[in-house]
Amino acid sequence: MADRLDQIVGPRAPADEVESRRVRYLLPTLFLVGAAVLIIVSIFLPYWSLVLHAPQYPQGLVVHAYLDRLEGDVQEIDGLNHYIGMRPLSEAAQLEKSISIFAIVALALLVLAAIFIHSPWSALLALPAILLPAVFLVDLYYWLNNFGQNLDPNAALSSAIEPFTPTILGEGVIGQFKTVAFADFGLLLATAASVLIVIGLFLQRRAYKPLVEARQGVDGRQV
Amino acid sequence: MKRNVLVLAVVALIVLAGCTLARRPAQEPTPSGEGEAAPAVSGLSPDAIAIAQERGLGPDDITAALKTYLPTGVHDDYAIFSSGGHSGQVLVIGVPSMRLLKVIGVFTPEPWQGWGYGVGNDVLDEGNVDGNEVRWADTHHPALSETEGDYDGQFLFINDKANARVAVIDLRDFENKQIVKNQVAVNDHGGTFATPNTEYVIEGGQYAAPLGWEYAALDDYNDTYRGMVTFWKFDRDAGRLDEAESFAIELPPYWQDLCDAGKLASDGWVFCNSFNAERATGGVEEGNPPFEAGASQGDTDYMHIINLQKAEEVFNAGKTFDVRGFPVISLDTAVEEGILYLTPEPKSPHGVAVTPDGQFLVVSGKLDPHVTVYSFDKIMSTIEAEKWDTDDYGVPVLGLDDVKEAQVEVGLGPLHTQFDDQGYAYTSLFLDSAVARWSLGGDFADLHPEDPWQLVSKINVHYNIGHLLAAEGDTVSPDGKYLVAMNKWALDRFANVGPLLPQNFQLIDIDNTGDAMQLLYDMPIGLGEPHYAQMIEYAKLSPWEVYPEVGWDPQTQAVSENAVLPGEEKVVRNGNEVEVFMTAVRSHFTPEHVEIQEGDHVTWHITNIERSYDATHGFAIPAYNINVSIEPGEAATVEFDANQPGVFSYYCTEFCSALHLEMAGYLLVEPNGSSAMLDQE
Repeated sequence: MADRLDQIVGPRAPADEVESRRVRYLLPTLFLVGAAVLIIVSIFLPYWSLVLHAPQYPQGLVVHAYLDRLEGDVQEIDGLNHYIGMRPLSEAAQLEKSISIFAIVALALLVLAAIFIHSPWSALLALPAILLPAVFLVDLYYWLNNFGQNLDPNAALSSAIEPFTPTILGEGVIGQFKTVAFADFGLLLATAASVLIVIGLFLQRRAYKPLVEARQGVDGRQV
Repeated sequence: MKRNVLVLAVVALIVLAGCTLARRPAQEPTPSGEGEAAPAVSGLSPDAIAIAQERGLGPDDITAALKTYLPTGVHDDYAIFSSGGHSGQVLVIGVPSMRLLKVIGVFTPEPWQGWGYGVGNDVLDEGNVDGNEVRWADTHHPALSETEGDYDGQFLFINDKANARVAVIDLRDFENKQIVKNQVAVNDHGGTFATPNTEYVIEGGQYAAPLGWEYAALDDYNDTYRGMVTFWKFDRDAGRLDEAESFAIELPPYWQDLCDAGKLASDGWVFCNSFNAERATGGVEEGNPPFEAGASQGDTDYMHIINLQKAEEVFNAGKTFDVRGFPVISLDTAVEEGILYLTPEPKSPHGVAVTPDGQFLVVSGKLDPHVTVYSFDKIMSTIEAEKWDTDDYGVPVLGLDDVKEAQVEVGLGPLHTQFDDQGYAYTSLFLDSAVARWSLGGDFADLHPEDPWQLVSKINVHYNIGHLLAAEGDTVSPDGKYLVAMNKWALDRFANVGPLLPQNFQLIDIDNTGDAMQLLYDMPIGLGEPHYAQMIEYAKLSPWEVYPEVGWDPQTQAVSENAVLPGEEKVVRNGNEVEVFMTAVRSHFTPEHVEIQEGDHVTWHITNIERSYDATHGFAIPAYNINVSIEPGEAATVEFDANQPGVFSYYCTEFCSALHLEMAGYLLVEPNGSSAMLDQE
């Protein structure tokens, strides 16, 4: 059991080794800490934004999707959506929004924990954070599709519009509205964090693999 | 090792660059027209020359057009707040385009805004005269609120000459908030004018009458008829005139005309002129000289010099008498306390204007070709020296030569004067149909190349100019640039629209010195005869786009206790009192059915729950004479007695959306005795 735990935690670098190759052992930590910071900062930024352009909205209508809330011209967009029978946007992803902040903090803590795991298991700890951008987009697609496909058939304009899936990234057209959907700062930071984590894991592996192999050499055991 | 760090740095840079590039492909919408490169202006294009030739336009016409034309979506630099004359309203006009931006319902019902048709009824009732409904007004002189003698863009005041009333408009929503009826005077003219920090709003009288609307025979004119000036205390926080802190001063029956508040050097003083020092009482039908002759017999009338600071002290000391519950400083007290002085002014003057530095007062007599300039310093030293005669009422009369600074011959029929930033004054010439530009002296002499107190140039206007206004031209810091001639007659300026002609506002460019004034634009005013207007830099205004919160009551400028939020709609019955709580949003009212009983008294609360700019709804119950405008966030309450049974539709009267016509509902008023009353609760 202790061996198993030892395997998972991975080897510690000897002090003189750390002293002589400081950068090699410091880099993984810097990248993973950086990724955790980016993930935490992303909480305060919108992940996804949608701008609606129409002649009578010269400034455009904007909705910013944060992890835990929607901001912008949500009321106006809901008002317009009711004509086509779309439910109010606040009804979407209620579970996700309610747990998102705790979840994100947990992801960031797992990334920090991965710093201390010097075996391939560290990748497992960091995996949720790596997948965060993809998970966000998949969930966003699910809800956009769910809302777009489930229109109230009794709405005023239901005969004028077929159920549809709003564009998740890029440009689309709904009625007189041109829509532009794009990944916003929060998602970009989360993506950057994923990249940093992957690089950090790679560097971590490169630093500690020789130690593991050295240990293998000593006791002739597979890791 | 170093190579790896370098690689990573490059990777990080690529990631960051990717972040930047991925952002907002079309974040900034491009307004139509923008983005097309503007060709450098060097002479007119052949097309433009052909248009000019075809339309017979000369170089001056083309520059005038270029100075006033605003492409779509481009806003004006200045706003004019103009009296709407006997429309009883206020007009908002953009400069230099001279486009009418808004008509604000003030003393007169205005259906578009619902003013008097469901909203504002209480304010209009404040303007009732001794219980009698008065629903027209002869609005004369708007006054923008001031801070340190400069327009602050917060409030607008305007008087009704016809019934001596003053209204307060809040410039956050451009809506009237208050009407006060003067308890002392039957009519007014010398208002409104704001003191430099809007401590008081001045309302001077006009045709003398027994104070407090009493009766007295004309034979007793000298003893019982009186003029007056009222000082309305303004409570800026409340946005209301505070009647409890306001007072009037009894004046001789000289038919006071226009007033102006002193500023800077003359702060704390107020000046009003008059035009019937003769105290003519008319009676042309009895062989007496008509007023027009009787009031013009003397060579001079009296400018009134009023120590407002002293008057305030006397009022606070309680040395007043009551007229219909309103405190008035008596003429005797005003004389004893050194509040009131007179000085002669050329015959039948019409306007007293204080120069931007407060040092000089400019008065013009309609029947004298001069403007007379008084020195405030000389007035003060003469008062200090107690060098005066007295009139029949014992009021000190300062000698004209002791207080006069200069007289400038400007032309025939001089009326009103305003100022620019280049040391010039501008005086309207009614008989000449012209505007005179003349040079000021004193500290202004360094601003212009001409000698002080000289006529510089004139420009013809069309026709019979009354007031004029320059950009912020009656403040401590006029802007120059633009001047508007408010012409009483239009004659041939516009296509004939029948015997009742519009007035003509003419925009004049006064930016250049010397004799280079240019007429730019004619704007017809087709709904009354505006008297005076003020022009404020638009950047000083900061009106709301929508009301700050849903359920806003514009009368209290706070959330209404009767605000209705989504989900709270209901109809509540209590005996024969029915209360409807309704919301409006594109494109439906909730509820859409309201069933009541003949004879019910109905109180109908409606809230526009929209938060979007320009998403205004109307709400009309036509048969009950109700139509209100409910702007985004606004909560309105209308009341009526359901005395007419039948089926009525209520509907949205402001085209709000593609399904605007569908935004309607049924009001079913069941006749008494037809069936069991429905329980609405």
